[in-house]
Amino acid sequence: MATILEMKHITKRFGPVVANDDVSFAVEQGEVHALLGENGAGKSTLMNILFGLYEQTSGDIYYKDELINIRSPRDAIDLGIGMVHQHFMLIPAHSAIENVVLGYGGNKEVLDLKGAAKRFSEMAERYHMNIDPWEKVGKMSVGQQQRLEILKALYRDVDTLILDEPTAVLTPQEVEGLFDVIRQLIAEGKTVIFISHKLPEIMAICDRCTILRQGKVAAAGLEVKSIKNLNELAHLMVGRDVELVTAKTLSNPGEVVLNVEDLNYTNEKGVHVLKDVNFNVRSGEIVGICGVDGNGQSELVKCITGLLPITSGKIELMGKDVTGETARQILNEGIGHIPEDRQKMGMVGAMNLRENVSMVDSHKEPYSTHGFLHWKWIDQHSRDLIKKFSVKTPGVMEKAGNLSGGNQQKLVVGRELSRDVSLLVAVHPSRGLDIGATKYIQSQIVEARDKGAAVLMVSTELDEILEIPDRVLVIYGGRILACLDQCACTRSGLGLLMAGIEGEVEEDIA
Amino acid sequence: MNEIANFFQTAIRLATPTLIAGLGLVFSERAGIVNIGTEGLMLIGALTGVMGSLYTGNVWLGTLIAIAVTVLFAAVFAFFTVVVKADQTVIGTGLNLLASGLTITVNRAIFGANTSPPKIDTFRTTPIPLLSRIPLFGEMLFRHQIPIYIAFLLVPIAQFMMFRSNTGLIVRSVGENPKACDTVGIRVTGTRFLAILYSGVMAGFAGAFISMGQLSFFTEGMVAGGGFIALAAVVFGNYTPVGVMLASLVFGASNALMYRLQALATGFPSQLPLMIPYIITIVSLCFVSRKSNKPAGSAIPYIKE
Repeated sequence: MATILEMKHITKRFGPVVANDDVSFAVEQGEVHALLGENGAGKSTLMNILFGLYEQTSGDIYYKDELINIRSPRDAIDLGIGMVHQHFMLIPAHSAIENVVLGYGGNKEVLDLKGAAKRFSEMAERYHMNIDPWEKVGKMSVGQQQRLEILKALYRDVDTLILDEPTAVLTPQEVEGLFDVIRQLIAEGKTVIFISHKLPEIMAICDRCTILRQGKVAAAGLEVKSIKNLNELAHLMVGRDVELVTAKTLSNPGEVVLNVEDLNYTNEKGVHVLKDVNFNVRSGEIVGICGVDGNGQSELVKCITGLLPITSGKIELMGKDVTGETARQILNEGIGHIPEDRQKMGMVGAMNLRENVSMVDSHKEPYSTHGFLHWKWIDQHSRDLIKKFSVKTPGVMEKAGNLSGGNQQKLVVGRELSRDVSLLVAVHPSRGLDIGATKYIQSQIVEARDKGAAVLMVSTELDEILEIPDRVLVIYGGRILACLDQCACTRSGLGLLMAGIEGEVEEDIA
Repeated sequence: MNEIANFFQTAIRLATPTLIAGLGLVFSERAGIVNIGTEGLMLIGALTGVMGSLYTGNVWLGTLIAIAVTVLFAAVFAFFTVVVKADQTVIGTGLNLLASGLTITVNRAIFGANTSPPKIDTFRTTPIPLLSRIPLFGEMLFRHQIPIYIAFLLVPIAQFMMFRSNTGLIVRSVGENPKACDTVGIRVTGTRFLAILYSGVMAGFAGAFISMGQLSFFTEGMVAGGGFIALAAVVFGNYTPVGVMLASLVFGASNALMYRLQALATGFPSQLPLMIPYIITIVSLCFVSRKSNKPAGSAIPYIKE
């Protein structure tokens, strides 16, 4: 097969930070080439250079044997390179077809949306994607939006398609659908670059892979077939041996810590988001809530932590009715909260580490007396915490916003776990983290459980749900569809439940 | 009957500056720019229009000069908000203060403070042949100055441009999600810059119409909130040209009602009807805010990584 793309000795600096250090990357026509690496390894940077969003500091790019100079996405698209970004580049307020034709070079000044919609629908049919060209993007599911992004690129007749972490937001069934589309693209002679840090996916769909580690190439053009096991890949990616399985003993549940009864929540738009939710979490066990984003898990957590007022029902903490208490009161009852969005809810990026560490309990001894903060103690406590949770930072005076995502999460997790909580609510604890950080945080959560804490964990990652919790609740459309022991969970069974399909599941599990 | 025709004729005339400026603002707002400096731009247009008309002896040449000078100031606003990426509210406020002081200074330097204004060429009423003879409607709709016809004829064109043209799609998209536009090869900075320049053209035209269509000379601070009313008309009209026209007409009618009450000297406070459009705006915004077409990226500078 012929080499279609060659990036030679690419170096990209952002100020003093070297994001790509002498990276060479070659892709053959008609293959699925994985670009594998942990977060911050430089995968997205490299692809953003190829797509014209960044300019390389040095290095050359050859496409179809020609030295090319890509200065903007327009150049890349004209060459036949398309990209589906991790965060979709769609405009929710516009219809699907408006999003497709936006910026399209072949547009006339008076838009022919009907003609475009016809061409779009034919194309969608060819790839077995069902999307109404006139539907507003804001009303589409995440899976549909991704298919729209792929079609948007294909509409521009690209030969090479870059998919940046395409499976992060999909259910297992949707992932299968995506893989079918990729196979069809390959059959048509197109080339796909697949960015991921999920090893099983690489094994499932990719022909070769290039691994980046800390901005450098750790392995180039490996034949995926020749790889014996996942540990080998993980080692190349992380640079050391990683346990792919978090060590965990059987749970030993004690008394009920959190009890939720007939919880209903209707939001300010009048949407009935949570419907008759019942469950409990006992000390010494981890209960996982799994579901596709937007099925009420976010609201459920906010109701439990006092951030949203519940419409009806009861929430009990260690036998005490805490319904209607404020977030501060509930935190004082002994809840630790690792919120879904660490940057928005978990910490203040513009404040330094010690301020972030003291934020939750600053009104209490030993953090303060009569409203005066004990910085000496806080400094020592922060340093201990940084050490214990191996947060990489120059010091406690560093702004939290300057830490990497993984270190920010370690800081938040560390702060919450150091508060000796009886209930830990952890939402997407490993979202956006690489394998090393994920495994570390998961092991800390398991350790908290072993010390007797009750843990409620929300996750959309099936791998995590299959591994960490002792019991799994599946939430769909604001209802708890099933409560399963971890050993009863299968990937396909959970996948169907997450898509709201109940009937077939019992067979599946049986 | 004559009274009714007269009332609507006045309402349309009073709606026109809001409509002209609003038709410009609706595009820059859609592109994600909140230009509260419009008030100042209109003031500059009002003064330079009069100066242009005085020196050239022609109201249309005066208007062109007004537009040219106003666009220059709009370019300053665009430079600071789009290129330097400074806060739009701060720059807009600065522009208003600058325009207020500058027009007063220039006006006094050239025309003196207390002398009676020289006579200049102004927009004359141009009845449309035949149509203006239709009873009632002829008086209401077809006995106006040419800028008024232009303004209302621009509405369907602007509506078409906004929703059916490639340019309109790009402008609307740039205000919603500039990053997404970047990834399909659209120049966000250039688009926003041009949208501001266009709103500057319309603000200059609107200002010139105030000083040479509604009145026949420049007086200090004569725009008197007209720029802010145009901004309100864009919001009230839910960011569409047709909506802006309807909003302008509501505002114009309230003004006309105020003048009528003043003339009648009934003792009823004539300022009261002036509150109506703002009350309608506030109340309607409370109810329609969730369905608003307000761009998601409104007033947020786009900083490319």
